[in-house]
Amino acid sequence: MQSQMPLSPEQASNFAPQVDNLVYFLLVVCLFFATVICAAVIYFIVKYRRKTPDEIGVPIHGDLRLEIAWIALPFPLLLAMFGWGAAVYVDYRHTPADTLDIYVIGKQWMWKLQQPDGRKEINELHVPVGRNVRLIMGSEDVIHDFSVPSFRVKMDVVPGHYNTMWFRPTKVGKYHFFCSQYCGTDHAVMGGWVTVMEPDEYAKWLAGSSGSGDPVAVGQKLLSDLACNTCHLPDGKGRGPSYSGVYGSQVKLADGSTVLADDNYIRESILQPNAKIVAGYAPVMPSFQGLVTEEQIVDLTAYIKSLKDQPPPTKPGTAAPATGNK
Amino acid sequence: MSTTQLHVPESEKMPREHYLNATYGIRSWLLTTDHKRIAILYLISVTFFFFVGGLFASLIRIHLLTPGGYLVTPETYNKLFTMHGVAMIFFFLIPSIPAVLGNFVIPIMIGAKDLAFPKINLLSWYIYLVGGAFVLYSFATGGLDTGWTFYTPLSSIYSNSAVTPAVIGIFINGFSSILTGLNFIVTVHTMRAPGMTWMRLPLFVWAHYATSIIFVLGTPVIAITLLLAGLERMFHLGFFNPAYGGDPILFQHLFWFYSHPAVYIMILPAMGVISEIIPTFARKPIFGYDFIAASSIGIAVIGFIVWAHHMFLTGQSTYSAVAFSFLTFLVAVPSAVKVFNWTSTLYKGSIAFDTPMLYGLGFIGLFTIGGLTGLFLACLGLDIHLHDTYFVVAHFHYIMVGGAIMGYLGGIHFWWPKITGRLYPEYLARIAAIVLFVGFNLTFFPQFVLGYLGMPRRYHDYPPEFQVLNVMSTAGASILALGYLLPMVYLTWSMRYGKVAGKNPWPATGVEWTTDSPPLTENFHETPVVDWETYDFEHRPELGLSGTAPRKPVPAHGDD
Repeated sequence: MQSQMPLSPEQASNFAPQVDNLVYFLLVVCLFFATVICAAVIYFIVKYRRKTPDEIGVPIHGDLRLEIAWIALPFPLLLAMFGWGAAVYVDYRHTPADTLDIYVIGKQWMWKLQQPDGRKEINELHVPVGRNVRLIMGSEDVIHDFSVPSFRVKMDVVPGHYNTMWFRPTKVGKYHFFCSQYCGTDHAVMGGWVTVMEPDEYAKWLAGSSGSGDPVAVGQKLLSDLACNTCHLPDGKGRGPSYSGVYGSQVKLADGSTVLADDNYIRESILQPNAKIVAGYAPVMPSFQGLVTEEQIVDLTAYIKSLKDQPPPTKPGTAAPATGNK
Repeated sequence: MSTTQLHVPESEKMPREHYLNATYGIRSWLLTTDHKRIAILYLISVTFFFFVGGLFASLIRIHLLTPGGYLVTPETYNKLFTMHGVAMIFFFLIPSIPAVLGNFVIPIMIGAKDLAFPKINLLSWYIYLVGGAFVLYSFATGGLDTGWTFYTPLSSIYSNSAVTPAVIGIFINGFSSILTGLNFIVTVHTMRAPGMTWMRLPLFVWAHYATSIIFVLGTPVIAITLLLAGLERMFHLGFFNPAYGGDPILFQHLFWFYSHPAVYIMILPAMGVISEIIPTFARKPIFGYDFIAASSIGIAVIGFIVWAHHMFLTGQSTYSAVAFSFLTFLVAVPSAVKVFNWTSTLYKGSIAFDTPMLYGLGFIGLFTIGGLTGLFLACLGLDIHLHDTYFVVAHFHYIMVGGAIMGYLGGIHFWWPKITGRLYPEYLARIAAIVLFVGFNLTFFPQFVLGYLGMPRRYHDYPPEFQVLNVMSTAGASILALGYLLPMVYLTWSMRYGKVAGKNPWPATGVEWTTDSPPLTENFHETPVVDWETYDFEHRPELGLSGTAPRKPVPAHGDD
């Protein structure tokens, strides 16, 4: 670990050194300009303080060269701040492949977090050190925000769609996480701890859990309880498309466009089925808005995700009345 | 340190007739169409809201002395910071300089008898009062706990506080801003005295012209946005609530489309005040007049296309984030141009340290810090860590309190002799300015550090490691409160007991200083003809400054 500025939080993720280096750069540039301006002001007001009551100053109206200089010269520095900042941001937004996916549901005023094996936690998150972790986050009510200062990560958790963020913890320990978007009465106590563990400790911790059921199994049962599988037949010949091989694939839509079948797409297809119609199928599915909770959507998604390596049906939609597909 | 009040003979009398004694009685005030009296009405009402907002702020700071926060309940705390923001932003900061100082001095500065639409000007004030009454009703009956940003669906569905009257109040109040902006634009276009060309307009007028553009173009958007949130709350229409098929992020786009430019509504007029004060007390023309004027317009225009920098973490596309970050960095350019020009104006000046100048110099320092820390937030890679922390709170208080309120108080002191015809006690006023500067920095500087350490804003309870910095901040706030009470007391005192000011106590070069203090109801005995350049001391023998052949002019890019 590099030595730390006493005024910054602990560096415990891959992003922390990046952000701190960037902040040092901006601090140096800004301190330089602040010092120049303050020094000039102080020097001028001391040197040119009024000597006699009826004195006036030297009438200088301006200088075009100077104006151009102080617009043009700092500009490359602005560009550097912008460019470096944008580069770091792109890194934040570019999730690597092979992440440990954790579902996060925010609700007034608690966090529910679910490990890939279905283990659920409330206001606690356990992750292994050195592993890329992705949080897939939804809200049951208002806008929340999941932030971990020691990781320098933060993302709004917005009702209506999933936001994701990723990080790689680099240091074992316990770190505060907070809700950073004001969400009502107990906003200030809607937080908890991220525990970063050695991978084998993490494995032991996971194994020691009683678990509340494998989300794939829970999702599969829920799917038949909701009778989804009466239309979504595995061979794609029902009124809805098959789940096989869908997750992570590019889905062709009725309007000719394609969409990546990720968590957000699946969530939207459950709650607003008519938003994106798969090519070859009719918009006949009712909305499940209000019939399934955010947590149930996570389980349903887990089940659909488990089918991602199954071969998709070869000719989808032959049994369905064709709607204006391309 | 020498003062500039040598030219006021002790024996000078108040003018026999002026706008304050032209008519008497409460009706003559409540039905006045005199822009100066309307400015006084605004002065009283915005001061009232300032103290309401200030009271909430004091309670917030006392509550945050300890990590547990024992003074008030979480519900009450949330109401306090929301009501602090609503009172300060919509009912103090936005109207303060335009409606008080702008109203009073713009017509006199351009040599007009009044604004273009005097009755609409009075109407603006009544609209402000009606809007204010709705908001006070909300405060008194359940309070408001949505945050001043009214983010949906918290405000439109989940909040149990009196949201509806508050959004109606802000909706109504919006029309007051729109009408004031319209009035200023038409006045500047049509009412300038002979010789008052566009390039002779005081920079205070240019700043208000830019502000008025934002008033007219931006305010309708916030008004309709809050109305939509109110309708969603009352009738469960699905504009913003995803459960009804709405989009909560849409609200943020609409809200910030106005509320980011609103930041410039608050700071541009203050920049205008500073652009008057600095040449007056350096006794030389402002450096780069055209660049300062153009930068006001530049800020107003670019300010309209940076709004989504409040939303980098909502899940907006990376491309959009990059574009808005770039545009936000661009807005730094015209702001920096102003600071460089003010600083250069001091070069080879004859600098006095009267109270308005202390505020002016303080403004340069605080605005510089506020502006530079804005770069940290515009920087995408840093905004993720800093967003919604105390760093943001510190940043915008440096702009709004360090910038806008310092500018407002500087302007109040600068034009006080014109408004009341009397001088305030100079030494007491200087002490107050210094107390404010110290108190302000002690209150808000620690919050930058708190933010970088990760303390989120709007927290009634915080982990113990943040306590030391919070205690410093609260200590600063008590000094700051003293700094606000002092001017309140001595300015009130001076209205009756202050020394008679005379027409032009500083002296300054603007047209407003050629007429009586306080001016006639019609402002001038006869229409002034402007035959001098703005901020020109050299060719104005009537100012009584004998040193009209000063040191030899040298180019500004000289050695020192």
